[in-house]
Amino acid sequence: MEKIGNQTIKFNSPPTILNTASIVGPKESQGPLSKYFDKCLEDEFWGEETWEKAESKIIKETVNTVISKSGIPTNDIDYCFAGDLLNQCISSSFGLRELNIPFLGLFGACSTFVEGMIMASIFAESNAGNNCLCAASSHFCSAEKQFRFPLELGNQRPPTSQWTVTGAGAAIISKTGVGPFITHATVGKIVDMGIKDSNNMGAAMAPAALDTLITHFKDTGRNPSYYDAIITGDLGHIGKEILIELAQTKGYNIKSNYNDCGVLIFDKNSQDTHSGGSGCACCGSVFSGYLFNQLKDKKLKKILLIATGALTNATTAQQGESIPGIAHAVSIEI
Amino acid sequence: MDPLETQSQYQNYVNKKSPNSPIFKNCFNAFWVGGLICSIGQIIGEVCKYNGLDIQLSGTIVSIILIGLSAFLTALNIFNKIGKFAGAGSLVPITGFANSIVSPAMEYKSEGYVMGVGAKMFTVAGPVLVFGISSSILVGIIYFILT
Repeated sequence: MEKIGNQTIKFNSPPTILNTASIVGPKESQGPLSKYFDKCLEDEFWGEETWEKAESKIIKETVNTVISKSGIPTNDIDYCFAGDLLNQCISSSFGLRELNIPFLGLFGACSTFVEGMIMASIFAESNAGNNCLCAASSHFCSAEKQFRFPLELGNQRPPTSQWTVTGAGAAIISKTGVGPFITHATVGKIVDMGIKDSNNMGAAMAPAALDTLITHFKDTGRNPSYYDAIITGDLGHIGKEILIELAQTKGYNIKSNYNDCGVLIFDKNSQDTHSGGSGCACCGSVFSGYLFNQLKDKKLKKILLIATGALTNATTAQQGESIPGIAHAVSIEI
Repeated sequence: MDPLETQSQYQNYVNKKSPNSPIFKNCFNAFWVGGLICSIGQIIGEVCKYNGLDIQLSGTIVSIILIGLSAFLTALNIFNKIGKFAGAGSLVPITGFANSIVSPAMEYKSEGYVMGVGAKMFTVAGPVLVFGISSSILVGIIYFILT
């Protein structure tokens, strides 16, 4: 492992993504990617009394699923990196408290899944452990409760707003294996272009995604056409358009091979999700479900996954602060 | 031109890229749903008056029925759908006020009846009460001085 350029880690013996798992809620189950998820829930509670407990159960069961799919015993997993959107990352810590795997909690807002992948890859390649697990979850209802208004309040959402994905994604990253391999990781900087509208997260995060995207190309010497697909986490329809245009002004044409998990997971026209999906589970479940499947089937051979996060909370929004954005990228190749 | 040169340039660029709410459609829906709710209230009031109740008592009965109905529809997960469609049309009449109290009460029931329902019930309606009551007192004082 070595640092190349300003912000990129090159893995000299690239760690493998051993397997992935994803569980999603009812709305995601009606979306275009439903057949790729391991489990689709019929209701948001999943037999629990509260949304917080439901989210904990989702991440717990997703992690259990990835462990059983990978076929390695739980004892052989050396570290677990996980995070979510709720205060103090309670979904992860409560959901995984019975797991008995050394745990490191992460917060990168909606970029948490890729942040976990980067940490797991570094640990795996540095001999700190052979198998590392990363997971991230979010829940529409618990996120609305914490960040916005009660669910039953009869208000209108603006067209720029995004829909928090209910679900979780998990992956096991191992020192050795047959691929797909994580070959590079570009750790993003915090970028704040002064957007204050918490109903327009895509626009707030797009400059951070651009910064990481361009830095990745400069550090690695690659260009957009190197990848079969460049996928951002949750910029949504508006953020996606903004990123394409911003990249164009910087001399990078990503229009033909770029998409966004928040755009892919819902059908904008029939599902009333406005600008698209968001949340840790947006990137987590779309990668663990759809994209990993495409890599395994060799329909995609080289992808750049850039998870985006809005590092804000309800208090800072009320105090009139702008929304700092972050984006982390991993290059995954078979 | 690089839209990322300054924060204000980026804000202007984002404003141009972000679609606006469909204001005419929203206004039209708010107008007819709001009108319908008020008409229902008026009909209830007229029925009360026809049955011999005075104006004040009829008004109270109208409020009770509309609040009760709105709370009931909130609990059934129907009012939020009406609110999404009608916006201010269902928000501005007394129905919106009832919804704004019942919805947090439902949401925070998981934190118990005291710190959940009791403490959080007025998180949405609280500012309306504070400034509504304050301004009525202010107007009352002005009225007292002038007469």
